[in-house]
Amino acid sequence: MSANQFKNPVVRWIDHRLPIFSFLNHEATEYPTPKNLNYFWNFGSLAGISLVIMIITGIVLSMNYTAHVDYAFDSVERIMRDVNHGWLLRYIHMNGASFFFIVVFIHIFRGLYYGSYKAPRELLWMLGVVILLLMMATAFMGYVLPWGQMSFWGATVITNLFSALPFVGEGIVTWLWGGFSVDNPTLNRFFSLHYLLPFVIVGVVILHLVALHRFGSNNPLGIDTRGPQDTIPFHPYYTIKDFFGLSVFLTFFAAAVFFFPNFMGHPDNYIPANALQTPAHIVPEWYFLPFYAILRAVPDKLGGVLAMFGAIAVLFILPWLDSSPVRSGRFRPIFKIFFWVFFADCLVLGYIGAMPAEGIYVVIGRVATVWYFLHFLLILPILSVAETPRPLPQSISTPIFGGAGAMAGAAAAPKRKVE
Amino acid sequence: MAALKTKKAAPAADQKSRRDFIVVATYSMGAVGAGAFAWPLIDQMNPAADTLALASIEVDVSKIAEGQSITLKWRGKPVFIRHRTKTEIDEALRDDALNMRDPQVDSDRVQKPEYLVVLGVCTHLGCVPLGQKVGEVRGEYDGWFCPCHGSHYDSSGRIRKGPAPTNLEIPPYAFLSDEVIKIG
Ligand code: HEM
Ligand code: FES
Repeated sequence: MSANQFKNPVVRWIDHRLPIFSFLNHEATEYPTPKNLNYFWNFGSLAGISLVIMIITGIVLSMNYTAHVDYAFDSVERIMRDVNHGWLLRYIHMNGASFFFIVVFIHIFRGLYYGSYKAPRELLWMLGVVILLLMMATAFMGYVLPWGQMSFWGATVITNLFSALPFVGEGIVTWLWGGFSVDNPTLNRFFSLHYLLPFVIVGVVILHLVALHRFGSNNPLGIDTRGPQDTIPFHPYYTIKDFFGLSVFLTFFAAAVFFFPNFMGHPDNYIPANALQTPAHIVPEWYFLPFYAILRAVPDKLGGVLAMFGAIAVLFILPWLDSSPVRSGRFRPIFKIFFWVFFADCLVLGYIGAMPAEGIYVVIGRVATVWYFLHFLLILPILSVAETPRPLPQSISTPIFGGAGAMAGAAAAPKRKVE
Repeated sequence: MAALKTKKAAPAADQKSRRDFIVVATYSMGAVGAGAFAWPLIDQMNPAADTLALASIEVDVSKIAEGQSITLKWRGKPVFIRHRTKTEIDEALRDDALNMRDPQVDSDRVQKPEYLVVLGVCTHLGCVPLGQKVGEVRGEYDGWFCPCHGSHYDSSGRIRKGPAPTNLEIPPYAFLSDEVIKIG
């Protein structure tokens, strides 16, 4: 749609000089989207909305929060008791972090199943992994801010991970702390970075979307769109679907905020930080548990740290580990089985991460860790060559063989010419 | 004019390399300048002067009964002082000859055998090990046990079992008299 198609003369005047309306129209309204997306494709927009919710509640929490070791804990309690609606804002922010991770994890498993990381979407996928890393850093630093026992000891254990690096390790840890232990300088800089990083995430999300719009969404069949008969305009078809998904999401979110606000938290974080006593059983937030299990599975300090970071690093090179030309797991009978085994493996790792590191848990944790890496480094490369995929449909509009064109007529109604 | 012309025409290659040199030199200066500016931004995160100047502490150890331990806070970290029993000292000496992960003899870890002074920070990931209070688990070697990931330290604070790589650290300290220790 060109500028002179806007009816409103003011819009037309502006658009001629600053083509923001053409841009939005092109990228958000008529943006051609595969017509066969299922509900797993809702989670991208849900992730975006979660980020916005976190930024808005975070900014207002900051207006009442004090980043000092002597006041942080009390300022959060004041938010809970005295600040108008403070309890609501904090519970939204606190549970919002968990829901953000739930949404992003589903979004990632969607990509893994439907092969969304494959050419030409490798960079799109890698930017997503960068967002995951930034989210983890942000959530970790946010959890330190209330300065409870879990805040303090989580910060101590995680920053100490870097001490495993040979030669530079100790120096890096002192630098991160700004002292000789997790203390006031640490809390201050974590607050500064916790405020900053979500905006960095916004920047990477924009790049993620630019990369997405270059080739458009993947779809459950994993085949390329062949033309207008395979797509529908984003608005109103997917805007309305995304809004429906949002209302379902908000229902669950509100249920957690109002009825189980501390379900996903840890009671020890309501005890003020004490540098002289570690809680008997320290666990990270639930979304870190699988990675924590991998850390503890390796009996060597440096090895454990490398394995934990490796668990994310392997996602970066995934597009080159799985070289099967077929994207969607629907047409890969053996891959499909291994995908679900891998999914179960991640759940097992999460469970082990929450258990004490002793006895049978250690054994299970090690087996599950080995399987995690085997899946990426051995099974996927082998399947890429060894598996015979089922035949692919010719196009999105002709999923049934030989029935070319049969469905196209029915689907033609919403189609429109794409420039 | 003629001179200029020949100069321009003939050594074209030479001209190009001179320009290359200027370009490279400019980039290098820019990189050095950016680096010099980045350093204060990075270094401000290192411990500040007042943090480094954190005072040392003095403690009267004669008040610690044999077999008991005290915990002090020094530089934001716990320091353990244990008044070791005869058995604990003997165990530590007996194990000197064993093959350990971070080999060190007991006599290198104490100034007076009765008083063991160590940082109460697990060398794995920094938790505070248990074993200070009466009745707490002390691990399999009569020293300390770290509950976070299961490291066992012996009665000399040496790592014997679990993921920690090194022995409990010894802070700098000195006996000012028979009874008073200065830490730091
Ligand atoms: C990626 C987005 C974000 C994530 C995942 C996140 C995560 C968290 C988490 C897990 C907590 C601890 C909640 C608790 O247990 O009390 C927290 C606290 C906090 N966050 Fe965020 N946050 C995000 C964005 C922001 C932003 C943009 C700001 C400020 C502009 C902010 C400001 C705060 C403040 C002031 C606290 C301390 C108050 C409290 O503990 O409730 N956050 N954040
Ligand atoms: S911190 Fe002590 S065993 Fe990990």
